[in-house]
Formats: sequence, structure tokens, C-alpha cells
Amino acid sequence: MLADLDVDLLFHALADATRRDIITRTMTRDYSVSALARSYTMSFAAVQKHVAVLERAGLVTKHPRGREHLVRGSPDTIRTASGLLEELEELWRDRIDRMGEILAEPESGEDE
Amino acid sequence: MTVTNVHKDPEHLTFFITAEFDVPTERVWRLWADPRQLERWWGPPTYPATFVEHDLTPGGTVTYYMTGPEGDQHYGWWRVLTVEAPNRLEFEDGFADDAGNPISDMPTTMATVTIDATESGATRMTISSIFPSLEAMEKLVEMGMEEGMAQAIGQIDALLAETVQPGVGA
Repeated sequence: MLADLDVDLLFHALADATRRDIITRTMTRDYSVSALARSYTMSFAAVQKHVAVLERAGLVTKHPRGREHLVRGSPDTIRTASGLLEELEELWRDRIDRMGEILAEPESGEDE
Repeated sequence: MTVTNVHKDPEHLTFFITAEFDVPTERVWRLWADPRQLERWWGPPTYPATFVEHDLTPGGTVTYYMTGPEGDQHYGWWRVLTVEAPNRLEFEDGFADDAGNPISDMPTTMATVTIDATESGATRMTISSIFPSLEAMEKLVEMGMEEGMAQAIGQIDALLAETVQPGVGA
């Protein structure tokens, strides 16, 4: 599922609040790096670095426009992390269903 | 449905699920503490789990394997960290090789189980999993999916057997 992605890069990229904010913004529309930089108190270079981390993790893509690059969120990659958790939920819901079935039976006495 | 809450946090790689059961706390605890009960729910019917070692004491080891439809066996282990019967269990959950020995370069998950009485006399159980990396999460889910798939195929097989049997008579 994540075969063509470096999962450590992805984890690292998601572990920072500014980078998560950049993802949220670029999911809805494209932003130039300078437009993003105006949203934060950090330098243009610092924002550029965050964008580079996100790009390496496959969470955003950059598209040239004029002298600038537009940053765009990659919903597929973002969804992958959530997708894994969906499947984990499924796994545990099944287990809890089975627990419920066992609890509905009279307990066998041998382990009491 | 006994599941009362599910929390998924992809950014922090954490997951927890809460369920309520209308039985005493000690009864729910035994789902974990009694290996014969544990193996009835840990794996799905098509991938039943067999617990080999089950030392539920701090520092203790639990080992198990799951047997697939082709007779394939998948080993796993827990390293038990905290045991406060009947309320709390913490363990590290990992994969093992065919001899049951932990595979050191495989990711592990930290699991915490809390079991408490509710105001109404029911029992609330919460299971939380924290993943060290997305890779760890992926690997675990992959195993789960494998089970789920096998289960679905098993059901289709059963259905086909029912439909075909009267006419064919193998």
C-alpha cells in the first residue's frame, strides 16, 4: 500500500504543527510558497524548508507557475495514514464483537 | 453494538477504541488473562490464534501463532509491561519468526488496555495502540487485512459449498 512511499519521511513530515497546517491549507487550494510564508511568523526560507519536507514525503506537490511554485496537497498520501487507522478500527471492532459473543455465553468453570 | 467510542489520530499515530459490556470487570479481564478465552477472539475464525506462552506478569512473555486456511502459521509475541488485575494491562506487541522468536527489525506497537466499572454497573474497556512509525501501523494492519480477507473468502467458500452440494454430491 505504501510501497512507493518512505514511511519514515511521512511520519516525520506529519509530526510538525506548521507542516500539518500547510497540508490543511493546500488541500483546499494551491498556495505559492510566499503566500504561505505570509501566514506564519517564520522566514520564507523556513517555510520553504517545511514545504520541501512535505514534498519529499509525498504529502504535497509543487507546480511551477511563472517565477513561483504553487504548493498543492496530495490527498491520496494523506488518506493513506487515515486509511490504515480505518482498517485498524475494523480489526478491533471484529475482535470486540467476538468478545461480546464469548461474554454472552456461560463461562466454562475450569479456569475459575 | 458494544463499541462506544473510536478515536483515530493519524498525525500522532495513535488509535483507541472503547467498548462497554454488561458483565463485571473481572469477567472482561479474563478475556485477556485466560489464554483459552483470549485465543477465541484474538484471531478471526479462519485465522484462529493459539497461545503458547502466556505469562501475564510484568516482564513476562506471551507468544502465539495464528493458523491460516492453508495451514500457514504467523507468530507474534507480547512483552508484558504492566499488569494490574482486573483493571490495567500494558504490553508491547510484535512479530516473531516461525520459531516464535521476536524479529528485531520488525516494528512493535505499544498497547494499553484499561477495564473499569461504569456508574451503571457495566464494564468499560479501552484499548489504545501507539505506533512508533507509520510502517509499524501499516504492518499490523496488513496482517489484520490478511485475516479479514481470508475470513471473507472462507465465507464465500461456505456459501458455495451450500449452494452446490445438493446437486453435485462430491
